[in-house]
Amino acid sequence: MNKPVTVADALRLGGVTRRGFLKYCSAIASLMALPPASVSVIAAALEKARRPSVIWLSFQECTGCTESLTRSHAATVEDLIFNAISLDYHHTLQAASGDAAEAAREAAMHDNYGNYLLVVDGSIPTGNPGYSTIAGISNKDMLLEVAAGAAAIVSVGSCAAFGGIPHADPNPTGAVSVADLIKDKPIINVPGCPPIPAVITGVLVQYLTFGLPQLDHLGRPVAFYGQSIHDRCYRRPFYDKGLFAESFDDEGAKKGWCLYKVGCKGPTTYNACATTKWNNGTSFPIEAGHPCLGCSEPDFWDAGSFYKALSTPTGSIGATAVYAAGAGLLAGAALGAVQRSRKNAAIRKHEKIGIDDLTQES
Amino acid sequence: MTDTDFLLLVRGPLFDAATFILCAGIVVRILAILLMGRKKNLAEPRGSAVTGGFGTMLRRSLPDAGTFHRSGFTVIAGYVFHIGLFVVIFLFVPHILVFERAIGLSWSGLPSNIVDATTVVTIIALVAVLIHRFTDPVKRMLSTFHDYLVWVVTILPLVTGYLAFHRIGMSGPAMLAIHILSVELLMVLLPFTKLSHAFTLWMARWYNGAVAGYKGVRS
Ligand code: SF4
Repeated sequence: MNKPVTVADALRLGGVTRRGFLKYCSAIASLMALPPASVSVIAAALEKARRPSVIWLSFQECTGCTESLTRSHAATVEDLIFNAISLDYHHTLQAASGDAAEAAREAAMHDNYGNYLLVVDGSIPTGNPGYSTIAGISNKDMLLEVAAGAAAIVSVGSCAAFGGIPHADPNPTGAVSVADLIKDKPIINVPGCPPIPAVITGVLVQYLTFGLPQLDHLGRPVAFYGQSIHDRCYRRPFYDKGLFAESFDDEGAKKGWCLYKVGCKGPTTYNACATTKWNNGTSFPIEAGHPCLGCSEPDFWDAGSFYKALSTPTGSIGATAVYAAGAGLLAGAALGAVQRSRKNAAIRKHEKIGIDDLTQES
Repeated sequence: MTDTDFLLLVRGPLFDAATFILCAGIVVRILAILLMGRKKNLAEPRGSAVTGGFGTMLRRSLPDAGTFHRSGFTVIAGYVFHIGLFVVIFLFVPHILVFERAIGLSWSGLPSNIVDATTVVTIIALVAVLIHRFTDPVKRMLSTFHDYLVWVVTILPLVTGYLAFHRIGMSGPAMLAIHILSVELLMVLLPFTKLSHAFTLWMARWYNGAVAGYKGVRS
């Protein structure tokens, strides 16, 4: 059998009907909030798009991103696109290991130099190179080598995009994101812990059909990360009415009220969870009763408690106020004594107190 | 520094520092005023200092017909933005959570769209008083840099809060962080500028009223 050349070839060979293909295109269009007319554009572009060679590198990660992608239900859009790309190297998914695997990577790089898509999950340790290696090659060396020949890089998951959990305080391995090391290639960040599977593949499709997507200031495709969870949350009417769950088992929680008071990070988090949802559109964390952790934002792990309201100070303000009052009493007493003695001295000298003595504004 | 780091900085150490300066500043200013002392009044009292004090505290809080007639605009706009500030600061649920964390007390808030509308009205009132300050020759002459400074630090939290609430312009964490930072600026400057009237107001009114009351006149 000849190797399929275009994405559409690959899909046809995989048994996908024309109808299934169009259904897939319209699912992607709706994911990107594009008008129905764009379905035919996507379909035409995918028909022609050359089946891209993809090299997937996994560094300091938990494999949750790959799990997210592969554990999604059968016959989903994720499967389709996965069949459509030529995943030439993914050390978790490939059968080969050791030298054979590395040889496959080198062959893919050689055959498609300058054109392949590099997908990275996991952060890169910059401390001791031995913290994380693949076939004896340090993560950093492998990233630099593979990135050099890539057309573009997709950083899948918050670790690759922002350093993620390995980067969390005190960051023992000196973990950094892909964008911290690679400055001369287009990088698309697809953060999330893990990212929504449909978004991962949606980004791939967007890249295949429209080229590099429009990115926000954190390098995330605006089509998927353009809106905050809070603005699309189905609990928003409760927030607006002032109806909040105070704890996880009170009446408010049972009634499905807003989770702001129990620490929801929805207002500062940009992701598609509230619209695309998880598990084939079943639900998303807030729907399951848990506040949003803000996992698609940088340093979400260190962004204060998951369960403290976003607006509240993180320190112990009550204690600070008491200390401040104590310090204020001492300083105020001292200042008062100085002013009093100045006043008494003035009285003794029969000086008049003028307006300048009374105004203490600078 | 990422947006999240920035947010964490303003919610953590900077908020602590601002709280310290605010609380210590208020105590220092009040003590310094009280410890100045007043000479004992040796004259026979012609009336009650207490009644005069309380009377003035109440009277000065209500516009009298004369003042209203002379400067109706100032009175109305002043009321609007003071009440607006009260609603926005104390009746927005995310703000109440800050007070709850600081002093352990909590109360119920207003729906967010009412607070949102109040914010807009308050901003308009503050802009109106600034325009009035510019256009009214007497006010303009009396105004110093200080007056404009306190206007800026008062309106900043409202504007940044509005932008943060609607997520306009910047990402959520950064805008929220800028909003909290603007509040911290207000907290730091409050004890040391004219904004200190927030805590010297009742004391001053009482004093004025009590002095007059002792002499048997109305202040
Ligand atoms: S649950 Fe979270 S995202 Fe939903 S309305 Fe409340 S604060 Fe916003």
